[in-house]
Amino acid sequence: MSLMDTKPLLGRVEEVGGLVDLNAYEAGQGYEAARKALTSMSPEEIVSLVKDSNLRGRGGAGFPTGLKWSFVPQGDAAGEGAKYLVCNADEMEPGTFKDRFLLENNPHVLIEGMIIGAYAIQAEKAYIFLRGEYHQPYQRLVEALADATARGFLGGGIFGTDFNLDLRIHSSAGRYICGEETALLNALEGKRAQPRTKPPFPPASGAWGRPTIVNNVETFCNVPGIVRNGVEWYQGLGLTEDAGTKIYGISGRVNRPGLWELPIGTPIRELVERHAGGMREGFELKGILPGGASTDFLVEEHFDLAMDYGTIQAAGSRMGTGTMILMDNSVCPVDMSRNLQHFFAQESCGFCTPCREGLPWVEALLLDIEEGRGQEGDLEVLDRNAQFIGAPGNTFCLHATGAIEPLQSALKYFREDFEEHIRTGKCPYHRRHL
Amino acid sequence: MATINVDGQQYEVKEGQNLLHAVLSQQLNLPYFCWHPAMGSVGACRQCAIIQYADEDDERGRLGMACMTDVVDGMRISIAAPQAADFRESVIEWLMENHPHDCPVCEEGGECHLQDMTVMTGHSVRKYRGTKRTWENQNLGPFIGHEMNRCITCFRCVRYYRDYAGGTDLSAFGSRSRMYFGRSEDGPLESEFSGNLVEVCPTGVFTDKPFATHYTRKWDLQSAPSVCPGCAVGCNVFPSERYGVLKRVQNRYHGEVNGYFLCDRGRFGSHFINSDQRIRHAGIRAEDGVFEASGASNAIAEAVKLVTMDAVGIGSPRASFEANFALKKLVGEERFCTGLGDNEAMLIELALSIQREGGARTPSLTDVEAADAILILGEDVLNTAPRIALAVRQAVRAEAFTMAQEAGIPGWQDAGVRGHAQQALSPLFIASVATTRIDDVASATWGGAPQDIARVGAAIAHGIDPTYAAADVELSAAGIDFMHQVIAALGSAKRPLIVSGTGTGDPDVLRAAANVAWALKAKGSDPALLLSPLEANSYGVALLGGGLSMSDALDAMTGGSAAIVMENDLYRRGDAQRVSAACSESKMLVLDILENETAEHATVLLPASTYAECTGTYVNYETRAQRFYQVFEPDDEIRPAWRWISDIADALDSSGAGWANINVLIEECAKATHAALATISPPSDYRVEGGTRIPRQPHRYSGRTAMRAQISVHEPKATVDDETPFNYSMEGQNLGTQDGAAVPFVWSPGWNSNQSVFKFQQEVGGALLGGDPGALLVAPAPDSGDASRATKFQEVPDAFVATEAFLVVPVHAIFGSDELSNASWPIVERMPAPFALLNVADAKRLGVQAGAGISGPGLGASFEVLIDDRIPAGMVGVVHGLPGIRAIAAGRIDLSVDPDFIRRPGGHPDVIARG
Repeated sequence: MSLMDTKPLLGRVEEVGGLVDLNAYEAGQGYEAARKALTSMSPEEIVSLVKDSNLRGRGGAGFPTGLKWSFVPQGDAAGEGAKYLVCNADEMEPGTFKDRFLLENNPHVLIEGMIIGAYAIQAEKAYIFLRGEYHQPYQRLVEALADATARGFLGGGIFGTDFNLDLRIHSSAGRYICGEETALLNALEGKRAQPRTKPPFPPASGAWGRPTIVNNVETFCNVPGIVRNGVEWYQGLGLTEDAGTKIYGISGRVNRPGLWELPIGTPIRELVERHAGGMREGFELKGILPGGASTDFLVEEHFDLAMDYGTIQAAGSRMGTGTMILMDNSVCPVDMSRNLQHFFAQESCGFCTPCREGLPWVEALLLDIEEGRGQEGDLEVLDRNAQFIGAPGNTFCLHATGAIEPLQSALKYFREDFEEHIRTGKCPYHRRHL
Repeated sequence: MATINVDGQQYEVKEGQNLLHAVLSQQLNLPYFCWHPAMGSVGACRQCAIIQYADEDDERGRLGMACMTDVVDGMRISIAAPQAADFRESVIEWLMENHPHDCPVCEEGGECHLQDMTVMTGHSVRKYRGTKRTWENQNLGPFIGHEMNRCITCFRCVRYYRDYAGGTDLSAFGSRSRMYFGRSEDGPLESEFSGNLVEVCPTGVFTDKPFATHYTRKWDLQSAPSVCPGCAVGCNVFPSERYGVLKRVQNRYHGEVNGYFLCDRGRFGSHFINSDQRIRHAGIRAEDGVFEASGASNAIAEAVKLVTMDAVGIGSPRASFEANFALKKLVGEERFCTGLGDNEAMLIELALSIQREGGARTPSLTDVEAADAILILGEDVLNTAPRIALAVRQAVRAEAFTMAQEAGIPGWQDAGVRGHAQQALSPLFIASVATTRIDDVASATWGGAPQDIARVGAAIAHGIDPTYAAADVELSAAGIDFMHQVIAALGSAKRPLIVSGTGTGDPDVLRAAANVAWALKAKGSDPALLLSPLEANSYGVALLGGGLSMSDALDAMTGGSAAIVMENDLYRRGDAQRVSAACSESKMLVLDILENETAEHATVLLPASTYAECTGTYVNYETRAQRFYQVFEPDDEIRPAWRWISDIADALDSSGAGWANINVLIEECAKATHAALATISPPSDYRVEGGTRIPRQPHRYSGRTAMRAQISVHEPKATVDDETPFNYSMEGQNLGTQDGAAVPFVWSPGWNSNQSVFKFQQEVGGALLGGDPGALLVAPAPDSGDASRATKFQEVPDAFVATEAFLVVPVHAIFGSDELSNASWPIVERMPAPFALLNVADAKRLGVQAGAGISGPGLGASFEVLIDDRIPAGMVGVVHGLPGIRAIAAGRIDLSVDPDFIRRPGGHPDVIARG
């Protein structure tokens, strides 16, 4: 087995050291899957293949990709007008940098995945909605798109078929909320980046009111391998009931922070100990945010769990993007919570009340507690806010729900720390406040 | 219908609604902010939280937003559940973090939806310790005050201003907890409907600026049900008074006419009532020509002399039906003139005869909003009957609602409908003399001279039904394309609407509009035909009729007849030279509200009440007769015109020729003209539940002794009102269950803001509990809709041919063309300088650019040139009715450049000037 077969996204990158060049990408069976899909498979066959593969969305929610694609109306049912395929490359989750690595090192696997996806839903217009700060990925994508277009992989009559695809990059003007697919679509249309009411969901009514599929970068990158090697191979890659590989990342005080493409379901401890080289000397692992900033903390009792969607959810958190932030024993949970809430309050779109007004209050309270101004009753106010802001359905979208996840779990697992701050009127961790 | 269970009670509600709409329609209390009955739901504020239970056994339930939840038969919900109530209280607590709590100095205090909701949720103790954010406010022009610190970010303002009213210069800026709602820079809000922001904003961010200059709390205002005098739409309004001053005008809900919204002319146009141009005292011109206050009785004695000199009586389309009736009775049918100019009278007679014929529905504004294809023929409704334009903006969304329905998106889900349908619009076609401010939602526009508009209309009618003459109409390629588009769209519509009016001054335009509507009727659809005149009671006075035309009356005056001129500046009605001749040869009794050029010639001058100071009837464009009630008693010698006439009649004939009060006059008037006039509103002996009268003042009306303490500390006895069912006091009940024409203000326990209107409605957005007021005076002929009708207008006018001389066509300005509102100071601040529209090629030919001055014979003054993209070559659109601008005759004139013209300093941008 070559690295290509065990690590379909990054194996060749490891071997060759970057696949920006189209020739290098093609040398490893590049665009063969797209050619196969367009010339020998029907759109329906591709949708059922992806459905059968059990590929789940790698952006964080883990929604089955094939199922999502199957919601797009086909033929006459789609009505008049374009359909759209959109790649969500607005990677703004704190601690998450997997899409960036893919875009910088293997842009063609994304383009190939999008060609297959577009063909599957019969969309002839596609956008890559790219985080504004991703300058190098932008350059790489511009070059890759030009190369692919020159080779006839994009544009009119791809691979000699009558399928056309106009694929463009939209460089985002910013905002974390653009990672929410309907806010992304609003931004793409030139409107305020506010999430939309659902239903209608984008597969029925998305960009410009037309059927639209939005998938994460990593999700698309999984598709060529599935088409090339089949369902059985893909499902065999996973260690647990989820299928395929996952790009896991670790940041924090470990010896080798970074990211690795590994079988999905790799246990947390193996990721930390083996791949990240364990904690740096003098530091103990106290908690982790398993899938970016908007997931609940996991603690010691969870470290042997497998990193897959079901297992992490059962533990009360979410696998999210699969890129973990580690909290060690030198980090103040109150200050870390405040830092996270600062981010989420700042990134609220401002549309609904609990998120817009609740998160700044939470942030202000956490700052008070951290800086020794906490008062009796503050934790109850935090609890009440966490309960009312965080419950899904209380807010318009899931931004605030995600924002509250690390806070509510911090209040659960590290409550003693919060109480000590209030009781003593200072932060036991932070030298700067002593 | 669906049955829903709310806190253990069963309610029958309509399906297809959202839950908030449904529970409010049951008169239940559930707090909300961002939802609006006319604008649907977006789910922003999260205030209307309820608990929804899965089934009978579910004890926990799930928290959800009522406004975003479909009504489903058999559903069980709770408003009272502690989880929901706690969450709603939390929402207020969040909103209050930054709210300045400046209620004591806030214009909204006492009628603030935010205050009401805060009390309703029970939030009282502040736990948030942080500082409050602050903002810089903007100068948004003379109409709207801006205080952003009070904002609770409900998004209603931008949803109303942009999505509903089509404005572009108010936006949501920023994000997170620093959202700002304003313009990109200071400046007057451009929308002609900006005033509704005052009522749409749930707190004091957007406030009524003129009101703030002489502020009074809502509970200290005296109000009565009234009708706007600003144009022929007849929007229902609440004018409010204190200290003898008209303080403000607010929307009075009418389910068929204005709904929840007014135009800015209506809202801000009534300050003429407080103007120092008011005529306040009766006066007589002495032999030496000097005019002196004489006291009422001397003036009446002098007036009697004039009447006995065989006076002609000139009524007015801006005076009430009753006042016109009284004058007509005084002088006799054969000596009465309606006061309409000759051409306008002819146009209105024609429009009324078309309506009498039937064949097409005369639409209410609700019907306008329900149209699925619209052709506007000639009329610039935004400037002549503005509220119609706002209704047209809603009608073009029919396509969006259809698309949404097909996609399974409920119509109340505003953002969902807009997101799905994007820019999809139902067909709207505009054929006009010049560009209009609703062109942005038109499928196609076409410009032409009035006679060419009539020709394109004739061609459209012919295209729909070839039995209508086209008389070899030759159109330009653009005209043919326009015609084909219109024929296709109207032909496939179920509820097509044709809109026209008297604004262009050309009867052929009206005839063409009628032909199109009738042709559609013959083809089997259900067309509506809206023909709007220019003034509040144009149709009323025309229905009353008179034996003299304006020319006849002026001739009689020039021949030496005395004249009684009631609420009419003749210089706005006829050729200035003829009017001057008539005024100088005739001894005139002038009854009017404001000083004007005609009044300057009066021998006897009597001060007349405004619409807010008397009771009467206006007949709107639908021929809907609507009663307006006296709000307050005018000062000085000001009295209703009918009252002066009654006194003169009594003085002439002591046997009681006059009318003891307005009831007697209305009854006589109804007997002699239209029986409906006696039944459109309750008489003075009407009593509400419990046998009480209806108060003009809210029960918290305060300071009654302090108000006139500088005169006497004793509170005078309130005037006994024997004319209406209302008291000039707080006594009585305003429960909302009374006759819909007799609601003097809206208030309900816990609902101090205008949002309380739902407590006065049969259902949210539906008719008033006591019925929507008014009655149509012109019923269609019994055979209406008969395709074989004889009446078809088969004469098609000749095409317009441009010559050296320019064809003068009247154009209208929402701020300025109406005689009374153009003396209202906020309107004056938005009024354009007198302008003339020219085609760019013509301007070049004359050697002028925008901002230059032009004049010509008959124009009377120099006009500022504005370049219009649509006006055809060879025509000049001259603004009608601005102060100091006399009636301008149609016809061709030579234009010349006025080298000495000085552009009015600080002139508004064109868009505002035209607006």
